[in-house]
Amino acid sequence: MTDQTQNPSVAAKPARATKTAAPSRGIFGLNAKDTTLLIIVAILTMLAPFILNPFPEGSDLAQFNAGYPDLMQRFVIFGIFAIGFNILFGLTGYLSFGHAAFLGVGSYAAIWMMKLLTLNVIPAIIMSIVFAGLFALFVGFISLRRSGIYFSILTLAFAQMSYALAYSVLTPITGGETGLQLKSTDSPLLSNLAPGEIGRANLFGIDMRTSYELAVGDWLFTFNAGYYIAALVMLIGFYVSIRIFRSPFGMMLRAVKSNQQRMNYTGLNSKPYTLAAFVISGMYAGLAGGLMVAMDTQVGPERMFWTASGEVVLMAILGGVGTLIGPVLGAGLIKYMENIISKINSTILHDWFAFLPDGLEDAVVFILYPFIGKGWHLTLGIVFMLVVIFLPGGLVEGGQRIARLFRRKKSDDAAKTPAE
Amino acid sequence: MDAIILQTLNGLDKGSAYALIALGLTLIFGTLGVVNFAHGALFMIGAFCAVTLQRILSLSHEVIDESRKDFLGNPLKVDIPYMHEWLGPDLGQAVINWSVPLAILFSIPIMIAVGYAMERGLIKHFYKRPHADQILVTFGLAIVLQEIIKYFFGANPIPTPAPPAFNGSFDFGVLIGADPFTIMYPYWRLVYFAFAMILIAAVFAFLQFTTFGMVVRAGMADRETVGLLGINIDKRFTVMFAIAACVAGLAGVMYTPINSPNYHMGMDFLVLSFVVVVVGGMGSLPGAVLAGFLLGILESFASMAEVIDIIPGINQIIIYLVAIVILLTRPRGLMGRKGVMEE
Repeated sequence: MTDQTQNPSVAAKPARATKTAAPSRGIFGLNAKDTTLLIIVAILTMLAPFILNPFPEGSDLAQFNAGYPDLMQRFVIFGIFAIGFNILFGLTGYLSFGHAAFLGVGSYAAIWMMKLLTLNVIPAIIMSIVFAGLFALFVGFISLRRSGIYFSILTLAFAQMSYALAYSVLTPITGGETGLQLKSTDSPLLSNLAPGEIGRANLFGIDMRTSYELAVGDWLFTFNAGYYIAALVMLIGFYVSIRIFRSPFGMMLRAVKSNQQRMNYTGLNSKPYTLAAFVISGMYAGLAGGLMVAMDTQVGPERMFWTASGEVVLMAILGGVGTLIGPVLGAGLIKYMENIISKINSTILHDWFAFLPDGLEDAVVFILYPFIGKGWHLTLGIVFMLVVIFLPGGLVEGGQRIARLFRRKKSDDAAKTPAE
Repeated sequence: MDAIILQTLNGLDKGSAYALIALGLTLIFGTLGVVNFAHGALFMIGAFCAVTLQRILSLSHEVIDESRKDFLGNPLKVDIPYMHEWLGPDLGQAVINWSVPLAILFSIPIMIAVGYAMERGLIKHFYKRPHADQILVTFGLAIVLQEIIKYFFGANPIPTPAPPAFNGSFDFGVLIGADPFTIMYPYWRLVYFAFAMILIAAVFAFLQFTTFGMVVRAGMADRETVGLLGINIDKRFTVMFAIAACVAGLAGVMYTPINSPNYHMGMDFLVLSFVVVVVGGMGSLPGAVLAGFLLGILESFASMAEVIDIIPGINQIIIYLVAIVILLTRPRGLMGRKGVMEE
């Protein structure tokens, strides 16, 4: 296996075939750099309840705390979704605009398992992966016959069809507009529910909603069972994605991205590789959908609407497409903005700028007001545009540029290419 | 028979909107080679031009009317639109009622300015970047434009009525000898269809019969050679972008009485318009128009009760289904030229 782990940001370039020195393999079969990355991510996710709650309860800044279970679960679940999307778009360059369909299929599969078989989340999640994978196989088999914008349109068309069908004709299966919830009338085969009791998702008896609250001084930290299960799944997913990125299979996918025509001319059929990437990516989406149901036992068709597909594109691009950690960062950022910025209102703004003279305070609040609260989409759109225009590599590239800037200042090496 | 004619007519107005948006999309793609995901937003901005003009025209101020009393016996306060004061009650009211058609004139300069600013300010920098980047940045722009409109006009649909002269329906059946009241078609939809036809004809005539259009067509065929002949083709393509924006905007203005505009109407139309463009053939102007009308009519046929009884849900997915079949069997689209975006 060739070593191509030098720099994730140059992932799009074909492999460095000349460098074939046998890499040293640490634990998990990763090299030192990836192991470090994985461990850092693991530590961050495990300590997230602390890290995301830096401000004491009741303080002015407490609204910026993101350490509540609901939001933390969303961070990791959308992280999984974005990791999966990145395996397709980041490696092969195929831009799918219909990935939410797989998420939706996974969700529906999971809730039916909970309704019919057991309230344990394991079978539900497995079924969500299986069904999403099968659906992705079908969609991918057809869509991958074309590339470029046609591929985007085809995936979009399939996703919109799934949405429209889930909304209307498939109502017996999908619950139509209202969607599906666990109800008191459900009687899963393997769970002993008292009559009229509404089941709760659990993992071998651990309720997903169990939380342990730890109060340290003014701080309150919440440790939620569901979050840790989802985080563990995300770490596994992240590990698998590193292995895919570093494998010969991943290299083949990058070759497809850099020049598919040349690949075909060498007599290699790239379709099985891209299809495999598409299915894997769809399975990740299904996994995310299954986890969503595990955390919050309900599902509706809007989960498959094309704006949901657009959201995962935003996440991957914002974080940095083709990098390992980028999509997770992007997912975290968007979900944070969605939940935190949208909570700010004009009163809070006035509080912040109270130190300014009255007229100026009103002016500043007036300017900022469209960007907060319900207007958080505007902020998102602007940030997204700026990233696409100035930082095609996303936040990860931004971080690298800053790091390079510092390093260059230290070594005073002016001969290097300027970081624009 | 009646039903077939009725459904064809019903498909025409939606088809007109699809055709107009797809025409603009194709113009932009054919000239600048840019896939513009913000085109739906231009359609929406056009619609909100009509809303804005209606609001401006109905601006009013409070006057105390001594001749009328409210139930307490105080003089009644009435809102008098400025238009009534300036032009007299009859003409003033007529102007307010006709705000949607008047908005055509109002929106043309706005749309040209928006289109010009968009091309010079943003899209210019994306010619050499991959199509995926163009899609992404215009998608971001669409979100921004949509949110700006939402900020100023709110999230709810704003009813914008057509002039009262066009209220009611036209009994189409009588014309062709069917029973009266079997084929009723609202007047405004007829107007919309006629307007779309005129606009489409105007665009084609402009491209076909003017020197400017000739140069643009030459540039679409071979940009480099036209550039070598000493013609500033970029400038003309910018103008074409503004015209495409204008076409989308006008389509939006006239669509307001059919569907009350809301901030996400552009996105709703955009997804379908892209499908239309792909079905018609990337870069083919007649293809875009043809596919727009075909898909509009097809959609309306698919929503007939008889069809839904046979295949439930077909009305929701027909357009996508057609697109998938076309893309797989005839990747170039109905009228696509050879070599345009055929990987």
